[in-house]
Amino acid sequence: MINRILSLIWKELLAVLRDRRSRISILLPPLIQLLIFTEAATLDVKNVPIGILNRDNGEQGFELTQRFHGTPFFNRIVYLKGVEEIGPFIDNQKGVMVVSIDEQFSRNLDHNQSTAIQVILDGRKSNTAQILSGYTISIIEQFNKDYAFKAGLKPPNTQIFPRFWYNPNLLYYWYNIPSLVATLSMLACLVVTTQAIARERELGTFDQLLVSPLTPFEILMGKALPGVLIGMLEGAFLLAMGIWGFQVPFTGSLALFFLSQFIFVTAISGVGLFISSLSATQQQAMLGTFVFMLPSVLLAGFATPIENMPSWLQPFTYIIPLRYMLVISKGIFLKAMPADIVFHNIWPMILIALFTLASAGFFFRKRLQ
Amino acid sequence: MTQKTRNDKPQWRRLRALIVKESLQIIRDPSTILISVVLPILLLFLYAYGVSLDLNHLRIGLVLEDTAPAARNLAESFTDSRYFDVKIARDRRELTHDITSGAIRGFVVIPSYFTEFLDRKETIAPIQVIGDGSEPNTANFVNNYAQGAFANWMQQEKVSKGLRELPRVDVEQRVWYNEQLESRYFLLSGALAIIMTLIGTLLTALVVSREWERGTMEALIATPVSIGEIVLGKVIPYFILGLISMALCVTLSVFVYGLPFRGSLGALGLVSTAFLFCALALGLMISTLSKSQILSYQIATVTGFLPAYILSGFLFEIYSMPYWIQILTYFIPARYFVQSLQTLFLVGDVWPLILRDIVPMLLIGLLFFWIAGHKTVKRLDG
Repeated sequence: MINRILSLIWKELLAVLRDRRSRISILLPPLIQLLIFTEAATLDVKNVPIGILNRDNGEQGFELTQRFHGTPFFNRIVYLKGVEEIGPFIDNQKGVMVVSIDEQFSRNLDHNQSTAIQVILDGRKSNTAQILSGYTISIIEQFNKDYAFKAGLKPPNTQIFPRFWYNPNLLYYWYNIPSLVATLSMLACLVVTTQAIARERELGTFDQLLVSPLTPFEILMGKALPGVLIGMLEGAFLLAMGIWGFQVPFTGSLALFFLSQFIFVTAISGVGLFISSLSATQQQAMLGTFVFMLPSVLLAGFATPIENMPSWLQPFTYIIPLRYMLVISKGIFLKAMPADIVFHNIWPMILIALFTLASAGFFFRKRLQ
Repeated sequence: MTQKTRNDKPQWRRLRALIVKESLQIIRDPSTILISVVLPILLLFLYAYGVSLDLNHLRIGLVLEDTAPAARNLAESFTDSRYFDVKIARDRRELTHDITSGAIRGFVVIPSYFTEFLDRKETIAPIQVIGDGSEPNTANFVNNYAQGAFANWMQQEKVSKGLRELPRVDVEQRVWYNEQLESRYFLLSGALAIIMTLIGTLLTALVVSREWERGTMEALIATPVSIGEIVLGKVIPYFILGLISMALCVTLSVFVYGLPFRGSLGALGLVSTAFLFCALALGLMISTLSKSQILSYQIATVTGFLPAYILSGFLFEIYSMPYWIQILTYFIPARYFVQSLQTLFLVGDVWPLILRDIVPMLLIGLLFFWIAGHKTVKRLDG
């Protein structure tokens, strides 16, 4: 039996890897995705053009605009000449924020009165806008502090010291790469397994498999294991790229990582075969893949954190294998995650793997009859 | 000779027959309905609820080593903050496990000597904020909100101690077009771009390469229909399918998810047509280049779907990307589509901006069409 399964696996791998185009299609896309995602997928905000309208002729207004110039966040500043320019500037997306300082600014401060500046933000880009507004507030806070110091007030003798564990400089790619190792090996595994049955069915070779001495269980294993193998290889390849290519620290245990990766790709192979056993054509299988993949990627906590979701939606994320692997991958890369927390995230994936493989087998056998 | 001249001119009757055949194929295949109706509904739902950049409850810890009144006061400004769900501990070791497992996203430490240092004038009483750097965006929010809670406490202290008030500068913030700063308002435009890419590019690429793979394309070519008719016969039904799906999505966004629509339907139609033109042309180009379904799927994902997701600027700010990727985004139709959709939904018909978006889309579409046509003709000659 083992021999028969092995030869089926060998045949499947050959079918995938023999053709140069399909070899490229398995290796190249993840590499491109890793590169572009790592470089582009950042929620950092920098280099965003802003406008400043300074209608104040005094010293304080000038000093404040200089402070905007001095920060690394704002290196593209456009000076507006009048209030009427604000509308077109924002509407045509020449910039995301306009800081407006009115005529009274210096005079108010010099007369010992509080004053305000206006910040106009483009709501079409609410995330960027919020972060820019955060930068602006911290510039103003510093301005206030320095002003108080100049006026002879002693600075307060308490201070807040922020520190970031696991990623002290908050480098976004330290977050992206461990997440991508999991996400992209999921995609590679899905491409192989979802096609496994549907392709043979479309080409008509599935009937030949059925008349061979292989039992349904053997066929299922022979179809699932190549996906597992490719998922493991892809994972190892991306892991190596992350550690040596991008220099992301790997603090945890390699054995734990590969154990988790193995269970993860087994669960994904189960899902892939399940989709494949339901589809009659390759096209249906691919579209089925999308229907599984999109919610997985969007809800697993990679795009945006799970805790941002409404609480009624959060339980649905428990059936997404990627959710657990993201925690493990980031944890083992950056946090040296201990085995007990890793196992806490492994057992749900085991359940998912058992369930999907069993149902793939069920539907697959139903099609046989 | 007469045969040849008949082939060169597109004939409406033959074209109509092809369109009917393709439309029947669309309607009969459940997977096309899946992608053009079910998937948009699912995606809009996911983007409306699942993807959100608006943090409502950050779970953090608070280590209260000092129990004097001043420290308790400070702790209260953290527990009272509407952004935080605070778990209080006496020892920081209790929280290390939680931050490793991801149960909390950071913690604040008020050290045992806090009040003592605060009362002495020459020392600085420190408060430590520790964020989980493995989630950089959330870590930033932890830090920002902690700074906010701390500033509140300082202000209260000043008032209670009757310290001299100095004039200060305040920031009056106004957000145009999206007063509540709802991330849903701009994320849904991105979802629309992704759905249109799936229908326009992925579906077309799959359908045309299936004809090549099964050899039915050669059969079609052998008939008197011209290559132009074949292409039009393929493209027109999917174009209509795309427009229907677009109408469905816009209706759902406005009436179910409460997005405002401040532009005009005419402008929306123009923008969608231009984008679908691009997406279909890309799909055709992919299928003529690859001719196999799996490969087409892979190429469509990398050149159509992923750029629409990452490089269109709806989630990740284009200005913050490295320069070479910024250049790349100019060739991504989704970038223009997302920008004009956001404007149409939230601002209105800003024609200079919309035209600036439509023209590049048309140019990119023409380029893809030209490549696709060029390749197909060559194949027929050879």
